[in-house]
Formats: sequence, C-alpha cells, structure tokens
Amino acid sequence: MSNIDDKNVLLDVKNLNVEFKLKNGTVRAVDNISFQVGKGEFLAIVGESGCGKSVTALSLMRLLPRIADISADHIKFDGVDISKVTESEMRKLRGRRISMIFQEPMTSLNPVLTIGDQLTEPLLTHLEMSEKEANARTIELLGMVGIPEPEKRLTQYPHQFSGGMRQRVMIAIGLACEPDLIIADEPTTALDVTIQAQILELLKDISSRLGVAVIMITHNLGVVAAYADRVNVMYAARIVEQGDANQIFEKPSHPYTIGLLRSVPRMDKPRGGRLATIDGLPPNLMSPPVGCRFKPRCPLAGDACDNVPVLETQHGKEDHLAACFFTDKASKDGSTIYLAETSTHSSAEINKENPLLVVDGLEQYFSVSFRSGWLSNTSGTVKAVDGVSFEVYPGQTVGLVGESGCGKTSVGRAILHLNKATGGKMQFNDVDLNSNSVALVRQDMQVIFQDPFSSLNPRMTIGEILEEPLKVHNIVLDPQEREEKISDLLLKVGLYPYMRERYPHELSGGQRQRVGIARALSMEPKLIICDEPVSALDVSVQAQIINLLEDLQRELGIAYLFIAHDLAVVKHISHKVIVMYLGKIMEFGEGDDLYSNPRHPYTRALMDAAPIPDPQIERNRVKIVLKGELPSPLNPPKGCVFSSRCNFVTDACRAEMPQLQECGNEHQAACIKLDELENA
Amino acid sequence: MLSYAIRRILLTIPTLIAVAVLVFFVLRVVPGDIVEIKLTAEGGMVSEEEIMSEKERLGLNDPIMVQFYKYMIGLPQGDLGISLWTENNVSSEIAARIGLSFELAVLSTVLAVLIAFPLGTLSALFRGSILDYVIRLLTIGGIAVPSFWLGMLIIMMLLATVGKLPPLGTVGLLEDPLTNLYQLIWPALSVGYRYSSVTARMLRSSILEVLSEDYIRTARAKGVFERIVIVKHGMRNALLPTVTVIGLEFAFLLGGLVVTESVFNLNGIGKLFVDSVVRNDLNLLQGLVLTVATGFVLINLIVDLLYAALDPRIRYQK
Repeated sequence: MSNIDDKNVLLDVKNLNVEFKLKNGTVRAVDNISFQVGKGEFLAIVGESGCGKSVTALSLMRLLPRIADISADHIKFDGVDISKVTESEMRKLRGRRISMIFQEPMTSLNPVLTIGDQLTEPLLTHLEMSEKEANARTIELLGMVGIPEPEKRLTQYPHQFSGGMRQRVMIAIGLACEPDLIIADEPTTALDVTIQAQILELLKDISSRLGVAVIMITHNLGVVAAYADRVNVMYAARIVEQGDANQIFEKPSHPYTIGLLRSVPRMDKPRGGRLATIDGLPPNLMSPPVGCRFKPRCPLAGDACDNVPVLETQHGKEDHLAACFFTDKASKDGSTIYLAETSTHSSAEINKENPLLVVDGLEQYFSVSFRSGWLSNTSGTVKAVDGVSFEVYPGQTVGLVGESGCGKTSVGRAILHLNKATGGKMQFNDVDLNSNSVALVRQDMQVIFQDPFSSLNPRMTIGEILEEPLKVHNIVLDPQEREEKISDLLLKVGLYPYMRERYPHELSGGQRQRVGIARALSMEPKLIICDEPVSALDVSVQAQIINLLEDLQRELGIAYLFIAHDLAVVKHISHKVIVMYLGKIMEFGEGDDLYSNPRHPYTRALMDAAPIPDPQIERNRVKIVLKGELPSPLNPPKGCVFSSRCNFVTDACRAEMPQLQECGNEHQAACIKLDELENA
Repeated sequence: MLSYAIRRILLTIPTLIAVAVLVFFVLRVVPGDIVEIKLTAEGGMVSEEEIMSEKERLGLNDPIMVQFYKYMIGLPQGDLGISLWTENNVSSEIAARIGLSFELAVLSTVLAVLIAFPLGTLSALFRGSILDYVIRLLTIGGIAVPSFWLGMLIIMMLLATVGKLPPLGTVGLLEDPLTNLYQLIWPALSVGYRYSSVTARMLRSSILEVLSEDYIRTARAKGVFERIVIVKHGMRNALLPTVTVIGLEFAFLLGGLVVTESVFNLNGIGKLFVDSVVRNDLNLLQGLVLTVATGFVLINLIVDLLYAALDPRIRYQK
C-alpha cells in the first residue's frame, strides 16, 4: 500500500478502529485507518479538531480511557504486533521505545515533583540505571534540549519553568531512553510562534541526528510543510489522503485537502481576495453521513459519493493515495473548485482626512507587588503598554500583532476603557475619550472577544443575548421591531433566525463567534475591536469568519482594530499592521509593504518563525531564529527592549530605546540600525 | 520553606489575640447571672445585699474595661482567672481535664484518617463498582448521623453484645494502656465516623480529579508502573485538598467532643463546657473557648505547614 521498504518499516498500522461507547450511542472516533512509519521518518497527521488524530496517537500507546475500544488487524511495531501484547509488555514499550510529547506543557508535568525526579523516572524504570547514572544522563539530556545550567534546574519544580522550557523538558523525557518513535501531539499549539520555531527545530534536529521517527499530530499546515516527510490527512475519523509531503502539497487530490490548503491565509502571497472556504461543519461522529463523509461539504459531490471511497494511487505515484471518486477533477481544477465569488477587498480608497480613532502615547502601567523576603514586599511596575500611538480611519482595518505578553490586548482594553489607561490621550470621532465621555461613544465602539465559548452567557438564549444591547441603548423600542432586527442580524452573520431560541452550548464554536459578531453589529458601530477573534477556531471555520468580517466591512464601512498573534491572518485582513514587543511598537506600515519588506529585526524574526504551508518555499527559506524567550516585563532590558534577543545587537542598542523613524511610505520602525540592516 | 513556616507561625499570634478579645466581649453579651444561680442553688431566698456583696467579692462589679484589662494582662502569664463557681484557677480546672480530651481528639483523628484513606482510595480506583457504591453509602451515612446518636447506638450495642459498658472512671494512658484504649475507642469512633466520612469523600473526588490530569497521562506514557503512577503521581496531588478538609473538619470534631463526652460520661473539657454553660461561669467558659480556639488554630497551622511540604508552589511562593 505504500512504498516504504519492508525492512525499513518501523510502525505498520492496519485497519485501526477506535470506538467510544457512550450512554447515548457509540462514537467511532477512528474508522478503519492504515498507515506506516519508516525508521527515522517524520510523519504528520493533520486534520481539524475532532477528526480523530489525537485518538489515533493515544490508541497506539494504549493511553485512552477505559471506555475506548481499540481493535486492529495489526499494529506492528518493529515486527511485533503490539495490538496483541499484554498490558505489562505494553508498559515496557512506553517511554522506552515509543514516547509521547503532549500539547499542554503547562499541565503535562507533575507540579509537586522536581524536574530531575520526573526525568529520571523512565531511566530508573526501563534502563535500571543507578541513581547516580540517571542523574548524569538527565543533566546530559537537559543540555541537549537547550536548557541552560541543567545541574541547577534538576532540583527545581515545573512552575519555575516557562511554557517553552517545560516543553523542552517534555522532549527530554521523551528522549530519555533513546526511543525509536516519538509521538508528538500538537507539541507547539500552546506556544508563541518564535518559541514554536525553537521547539520544532530542536525536535527535527534531534530526530534526524539520533534517527528517531516522529509522528507529529497537528492542525497547522505550515508546520507540516516545514518538517514532514509524509502526511496523513484525516477527516471525520478516516484518512482521506496519504503520502509524500511534497507530492501532497504540490498536487493535492482530495477536495478536503485542497479546501484546507486554500482556506489558510498565506503570508508569502500579496493581499488578495476572499479566502476559499469549505461550507458547513464537520459531521457529528455519532451519526456520520453514509458513504463519503466529506460529501455534504464537498463542491464536487455526486451520486457516486454515497459509496465509501477507498484510498487509491494518484498521479501514478505509489506514494500518494486519496480516497475520493473525483480526484481527477479535483486535482485538475483544484484552484477553482472553491472559488464561489472573486470579490476582493473593499477597493474604495480609505479617506485619510478624519481619523476615527486617535491613540496618542497610550500608557497602561500595572503596579504589582510580590513577596520577596520574610515580611517584605517588593513592588514593581509592568509597562504593559508604553507610549503607543496610531490612528484608525473609517473603513480601515488596523492589525495589531505580537507574541503573548506584548501588550496588544491591553491596548484594546484601554481603548474600550475596560482598564483605565495610566497615560496618553485617545480620541474617538473627535471626542476626547475619558471615563465620562466613553459612555457617549460606547455604541459606536464594539468588541468581539477571543473565546466564543466563555464570552456568551450560557443561561441566555441567542435571541436574549442579541436583544439586551438593543434594549439597554434604547435603539429599538418596539418589541416587534426588535424581533425583526434580531432576525436581520442573524441572517447578516450567516445564521438562521430560528437559532434565536437556542442556547450558546447548542452552537458550534464558529457559530458562537458569529453570534459575537452579530452582538457587536447590533449597535451599528463605526469601530469593532476584534481581540483574537479566530484563534480558537479550526482553519476552515476561521476562513468563514474572516470572510464574514471582510464582507461586513465592505458593506457597512466598519473599521476594525484586529488584534491577533497569527501573522498570516493579520496580513490577510489588515490594511495597516502594527508589530508590538514588550509594550512598544517595533514597526508599522501598510500590510503588503511591511510583509514584503520588514525592516525591524523583530518583525523579520517573527515572520521567519511562522511556517508557510508550502514545502518548496519553506525548506528554502533563510531564517533568523530568535534566541531565548520574552524577558520578564517587570525587568525589561535596558535601552531597546528587544536588545536581549536581537541578533544584531550592539552597545548602542542598550543605551536607549530607539524612536520610530520613517523608512518608507507610511512605514516606520524603531531600530537604530535600519540602514545597516537593509544593505546586509 | 523555613521563611514560609516562620511567617505562618508568627501569623498565629494576632489571630489568637483577636480570638481572646472576641471571646471576652461576646460572652458578656450573654444574659444570666452566675451569682444568682449559685446562691439560689441551695434553695431559699437570697437578699439583694448578699448578691451585691458576692458580686463585689468576685470582681463582677468592676467596669467592663477594667475586667477586660485584668483578663488581657493575665493571658500572657497563663492566668485565665478563677472559676466563678468552684473558685479554683480556670487554668488548673482545664489542665485537669484536657489530657483526656486531647487523647480522644487525637484518637478520633487517627481513627478517621486510618478509615478514610483506604476507603477513599478504593472508592476512586474502583469507581462505579459495587464496592464504590457501598463505600459511598457508608460515608454519606457518616455525614448524616449525628455523633451523639451514634454514641448511644454504640452503648446499646456494647450492652447487647458484651453485656457491660467500659469501666467508669478513666484510667490513665500510662497506667493501663489497654483499658484506656478500650474506654476511649468507642467515643472516638462515634465522633471520628463523620470525620472519616468527609475525608474519604474528599479523597475520592480529588483522586478522581487528579487521575484525569495531563501529568498522569505523561507518567503513564513514560511506562511507569501503574502502582507508582497512583501513589507517587496521584496521591500526593490528591492529598492537598484532603488535608485542607482534615483541618476544617477538626472544628466539627471539637463540637462533637462536647456532646460525646456527655453521652459516654467522660470527664473531659467537653463535659466541663456543658457544666460551665449551665452555671453561667463566664471565666471558665472564656478559658475553655480560648483553649479550644487555640487548638483549632494550631491544627490549621499544622495543615498549612503540611500543605507547604506537599506543594512546592506554596513553598517557593515569593
């Protein structure tokens, strides 16, 4: 079925099924999948949430809860069928020959045991090392995964490590017994993009150096493109496309793969039109569609799709399989099957005479105090936002991007007066914003939050949620009219009026985010502050929401302040982009200009760290990889705040924080070495 | 750790002072007059003058702030004043009886923990089994049944089976440990049942919670033996909330002692408590409340220190 030489096969999974028996039915979370992993190979399993990718990984390790029923023709690991071995044999394999790295570094380590204790555990269990040997090996391992001063770190506890450092420890645990296979389940999803790059590089480097095979579970196509040799694309518990990574990215053959690839905004392409979207939602696995599971969402679906398609060779390549009856059509017309309409961004020139929002020298300081000695407290100031100035014009989208802790959310909250700014001036529509006047402009300034799960009151129906602001602001007084208005709003955001009777938990994540947008729209605002509105959503749903936001802007002329950490998403939606680091603006400019010609070393590094979903481009990129982690905001570096991580730092940089200076048309960067770096 | 411990110990001082002040004033609000009760106890009429002179003698006619001053000055020297009824030193009255109550409290706690840990752990590990349901039934019973009633049931059981009760008149622990244990185990059981039930239920739910944590999955993925996964990775984390409950429930235990000592006719501070309330003996009462409160504060100090020993996040809190 695939082209790995028999003697090089490390893991051979044949017809794996995983079922969960629940009270109200059986869910088949993994449905008859087969795949192989070669020795030293890097396999990616990619798919959206709920497609069964994590369950696949956990079932290989037999780490699923008791209600899971695993069956397979065979799961051969190095020739031995591990689906038949006893639990005690399985335990001997775990951590010894197959190890696993999990998604959440913050919760995957035991908080009450030292790092050293947790690291030596597999060594003592499997290799029967003495305490002393194990300690020596542990120090070596910590050094290998890039943890400074490993001797000191051994006696520390997980809470004394940052997220990135904890994930390094997890990798060290995984490597401890020199396994043949590491299964990494979304190992970098919870981390910032620069840290993600560090961790993935480390994993790749170590696996190729030690000849360890890796199964990487991820939803991020960029990560797949950058690292994987082979790919399994999963949809609704089945593998829909399988094979060589280059081949699949070059000639995707399953309509789902094509849709997935086309719905991701691309950082390397100029800002274009709408994103392709896959309509609808993944099926409920309690009652999946008959035949091809992608049929209800597939633009090519026909009568044949009532049968279950099997994986078949594509393009005459043995190492490329897809399960679809229309692969010829799909791969030929791949670029057009999802393009419903080609309307572009609002082409209307943005009128730059009267800014809608002016932020001038905004400061948001938080004073914190913490216990430092016996009975003494030390207090410090965190400058979450430090002298940030920008304007937003009507109908314009300004993107605010940066890693966690850079102050981007604080900017949004200060504008909304959810936190009271400690300095600077803000003007909205020529009204000076302060705690008194903010009530006057509340209606015109709305917000969409990140988490569509917790930002809607679970005890109110969608109708009540949307009705409340209409009542509070006396916008629509007549109950009958209010009903109509709510129906209009729901239709506008792509929901149905009958959904007003539903409660938030009855909607999917994407639908809830649409309710959040409808709630903001009900005020007919001039500006919406979007705080990470799509980061909790799957790729195909994310594209739907981004398109919706763009359509609404074109139609209603709303301005957005779009706060996000995903550079590609920000690039896609924004006219102007601001890059922040430790409370300060590092660079800002028109989107296309900034992305094609980043001037600040931080902007460059940030872009280099974000992988592009194209193996050809990705593997030829010359990258600046940032060292270290975000410094403590309590104790920022002297001079330029970025100096502690910058590759081009000199003594002059540590003297004072550079001012923003012009470096192009409406393009500014805060770095003293702009000219030097441009020629470099 | 050391600095945490010292900070925590120093913090008990203001707590105890606050308790002392509160006890003094709250008790003076309670209506009733000991002198009248005392003098009329033997029957017959007592004249107004007699009551007044008796009050004068006992210092009850002093302005309240003067009484408060004397009381607060006495405290650091261990002087709790004199019992208004027996006119013995309050501290010696308490000292005579506290040993028995202390022993009973310790025995109940030990018994409770010894029962709770296996029950809670088994119940969690065999969740949903018959065993789990039986344990949960037993422990919900422990919360529902008042300790004095259980005490009476135990007495009836002893009468029905052995045919006699443990000998009256307490035997010292050092004189005859076995008889002492035989005497005290029954009251300890009757107050300890609730204690163990609450603890077992807490332990059950925290073990269940801990076993679904990510780090347990990590431990299993390392190929660690299941026994070690549960004991080393699971139990220590599950103990944290359980230890808190043990500390809080100690207050219920002290309350239970008051009644249980009466039921089993043990001459401990619980019984003294009841007597002093009936006689309106303010000085003795405030001495007793203060003693019990101190015990409670100390137990919670131990719990906090234990907590720090178990959880490094507290130990290293800056």
